Amino acid sequence: MDLDTSIIGLTGPPFTFEVDKRHIRQFALAIGDYNPLYLDEEYAAQTPYGGIIAPPTFPIVIGAEGEGIKLELDPKRMLHGEQEFIYTRPIRLGDTLICQMKVTDLYEREGKSGKMQFLVVDTEIADEGGNMVVISRMNIIYRPKQQIG
Amino acid sequence: MLKYEELQEGQELQPLVKETVTKVQLVKYAGASGDFNPLHTDDQFAQSIGMPGVIAHGMLVMGFLGEYVNSLAGVTAAVTNLRMRFGAITRPGDQITCTAVIRNLYEEDGKRFASLELNAQKATEKVVGSGKAILQFF
Repeated sequence: MDLDTSIIGLTGPPFTFEVDKRHIRQFALAIGDYNPLYLDEEYAAQTPYGGIIAPPTFPIVIGAEGEGIKLELDPKRMLHGEQEFIYTRPIRLGDTLICQMKVTDLYEREGKSGKMQFLVVDTEIADEGGNMVVISRMNIIYRPKQQIG
Repeated sequence: MLKYEELQEGQELQPLVKETVTKVQLVKYAGASGDFNPLHTDDQFAQSIGMPGVIAHGMLVMGFLGEYVNSLAGVTAAVTNLRMRFGAITRPGDQITCTAVIRNLYEEDGKRFASLELNAQKATEKVVGSGKAILQFF
């Protein structure tokens, strides 16, 4: 079955994510990114950031943490087509972040092999005061059923 | 590190050539990111779904672009937007090169921005990720 637009606006339960030093370090080193802004407290303290920040793609970790949204999706038809991060500020060491997933759009396009659906799911990541820190926007391609072997 | 005054639209920036992707790296990235899809860590599983073997997380490739963009920004600019479209698969043994071109330089509300067009390519010149970033200068 194809998705219908009634899913736009659906949200997952809010959850809290605490940003610790070891996690930032582990994530940066897995990428092979040795930028001292992520690793060296003394260095980072003297920059405009005033302390350690997380790498730009770190919010993906947060999206993987929550329970997600209960959608009846066939994982075989799903393809992660695009990813976007919209930052108000970088994530900092010691942040306690309040996060929630939201279906923000569903649209259709005619592809080579039939109608494709595109699902946009945002993880909104805010600070404890409710100020937005970053939006992690996932664009999922939902392929036609007949294409799946 | 980029200086706004020295930038020009259409300018190609110094590329970033990453170390070759390894299986150990994929295990590390799985642990750090929480993405334990066995497609990235278990050759047998990957072959059972028609892949030649494990493939890299798409987000690892985006991580390379994130590294690149923040190394360009240094401490003179902050990344306000980063997006990537996923392309061809990346496998252990592939070496990824990140490149950028300055698309647009502009001011908004007294703040200076640069938008960058990004590419991540394998040695075969196949694009594994293409995207955009916006830098805001301090």
